[in-house]
Amino acid sequence: MDITETLAIPIPEQLDPSATTGHADLDLTTVGDITVPDPRMKLRDINVFYGQKQAVFNVNLDIGSNSVSAMIGPSGCGKTTLLRCLNRMNDTIDGCRVEGRVEMDGKNVYARKVDPVLLRARVGMVFQKPNPFPKSIFDNVAYGPRIHGLVHDRTDLEEIVHTSLERAGLLNEVKDRLDQPGTGLSGGQQQRLCIARAIAVSPEVILMDEPCSALDPIATARIEELIGELRKNFSIAIVTHSMQQAARVSQRTAYFHLGYLVEVGPTKDIFTTPKHQLTEEYITGRFG
Amino acid sequence: MSRTEQIVSGLARRQRAEKRFRLYGLIAIVLGMSFLLLLFGSIVTNGYKAFTQTYIELPIYFNPEVIDPGGEHDPQTLFSADYWKLVKTAMYQKFPQVSGRKERRELARMISEGSAYELRDQVLENPGLIGTTRHIWVVADDDIDMLMKGYIDREVPEDERRLNDRVIGYVDDLREAGVIERQFNTTFFTAGDSREPEQAGILGALTGSFLTLIITLLLSFPIGVAAAIYLEEFAPRNRFIDLIEININNLAAVPSIIFGLLGLAIFINWFGMPRSTAIVGGLVLALMTLPTIIIASRVSIQAVPPSIKEAALGVGASRMQAMFHHVLPIAMPGMLTGTIIGMARALGETAPLLMIGMVAFIVEPPSGFTDPATALPVQIFLWSDSPERGFTERTSAAILVLLAFLIAMNAAAVYLREKVTKRF
Repeated sequence: MDITETLAIPIPEQLDPSATTGHADLDLTTVGDITVPDPRMKLRDINVFYGQKQAVFNVNLDIGSNSVSAMIGPSGCGKTTLLRCLNRMNDTIDGCRVEGRVEMDGKNVYARKVDPVLLRARVGMVFQKPNPFPKSIFDNVAYGPRIHGLVHDRTDLEEIVHTSLERAGLLNEVKDRLDQPGTGLSGGQQQRLCIARAIAVSPEVILMDEPCSALDPIATARIEELIGELRKNFSIAIVTHSMQQAARVSQRTAYFHLGYLVEVGPTKDIFTTPKHQLTEEYITGRFG
Repeated sequence: MSRTEQIVSGLARRQRAEKRFRLYGLIAIVLGMSFLLLLFGSIVTNGYKAFTQTYIELPIYFNPEVIDPGGEHDPQTLFSADYWKLVKTAMYQKFPQVSGRKERRELARMISEGSAYELRDQVLENPGLIGTTRHIWVVADDDIDMLMKGYIDREVPEDERRLNDRVIGYVDDLREAGVIERQFNTTFFTAGDSREPEQAGILGALTGSFLTLIITLLLSFPIGVAAAIYLEEFAPRNRFIDLIEININNLAAVPSIIFGLLGLAIFINWFGMPRSTAIVGGLVLALMTLPTIIIASRVSIQAVPPSIKEAALGVGASRMQAMFHHVLPIAMPGMLTGTIIGMARALGETAPLLMIGMVAFIVEPPSGFTDPATALPVQIFLWSDSPERGFTERTSAAILVLLAFLIAMNAAAVYLREKVTKRF
């Protein structure tokens, strides 16, 4: 496996795919099998627009159960936008329009009668920058269970908070100062707090949008280890800039290029025997 | 010339420019501060003497024949009795040598007519006083007060000053006897307006201002914050909302007297609400304050990092929960600042209140929102228009009270803001 040490460097936003590589007539139809045997969520014919500008083109993709699906690609390739379709976070962006179907249990989450509040309780999210609430560590984790009415007394709540912190690998570091502000933790701890907050409502899917991009290598390693643990109980979709990270944590990898899903397949195949020319050029570090 | 030399040659010029700029800033601040000091200095030197008032000690004989001829202590009789006669009698006894109608009238005029009401209240409270003689400090007339405060120049020819030599002689006699002195002016804080400076106080105006501001705050803060939340979080982006936004921004710049006209036309003439009342004043000032609060609230909501809202939405909070649990607590200090700026402006506002009749002459402090009332700035405006020297110093004193009120409000706001401020 030849993964270069070169990290993905953001390239300026470009609309013409050929401009990046010099291949004017490049075929951007998806290579590889988009389906998995046990899908938790399915994306079908997804097109996303920001006003007049289209950001995602005709993407079909399955998110497997109890596995980590990684989305990689150069900056501006639409991977974050696509991730945010899975829990309808794009609803909050003015002028963002999503076409196509996002299925969970066979139902389209974009159907009119689906309440995004319920969807987001089932599909949790961890953001690029750690964003704990300016409240205590305890309240950060307890917020989700509280608003959803998942607990009936203080003992239940403490139980959930402790379990969630434990699963996020943070409990030992913070158990003596649960009443301290969550914003006082280090960056890596904050991100694990955000993971604890996400899993406190027992979602089925966890979306991670470049969860380690603001962290140092040691904190990154801890989060990656954690992702491996979480996979046993949750389905995870992760967007990452780092190819090594995708290689380390994921079972399936999808490579995006300028809004198109170019190639998808088992992670080891993508990194060892990429079929599409763009994928190969990206993972060997020739561009991106 | 090398590159380093080029940079060095320019350095001196850049440093000079910086020094010059710092100096300009310093000059501006010194200038501003000195004007402020001048302003405060003139107000304080004009006004501080109004917090004391001249009193004369008189041995008042509560003559039963005058105030209670029947001897029944009937409150009705006691209420309407001629207490002024008691004061006059005491004054005549103090100066037995004075005879003649004119001179005796001058003597009686040295005492404020308000002292008769003072005596009446004392008797009504304690009818046992009847038939006894008590030494009582009664309020002196405002001209005597002015003389005691040194505003009447004895060097000026007699026919050009408000007090003639005879009266000044009486005052000197009283002073020698030690029965005339300046005491703390409680009347100023316990009375409403009056035609006589020595009986005039700011309690009426203060109460009016207070009641008006309560209405203003209760209306403009919740409505303003709600409007800001709606516009920021829930309003669709279309032309209609754009139009509303432009209009809110324009309303913030509308002269306040226009709001007074609006209040007159709508609240009084159309809705038939009572004229000159705190409720109408509060409504008008609330309308005037709303745009300020809405704009400040929107700015502080926009200043909340969107990541906080996303975090809340990400765990499944509804938009309203994200707003009320997370965004609002962080935006609250900014909203409070905007509110306090708006309220401070409302407190100092005169023009719209003139339009809705809060300029009336109000003797009794209002006891409710629908009682005729006036407000502090209007009271200041009214007094500043009066020719008596006593009102001039009361104008300054009222300004001092207004400023104190303002500072107290701001301090409360700062305290509140510190309490609700969340740190990241």
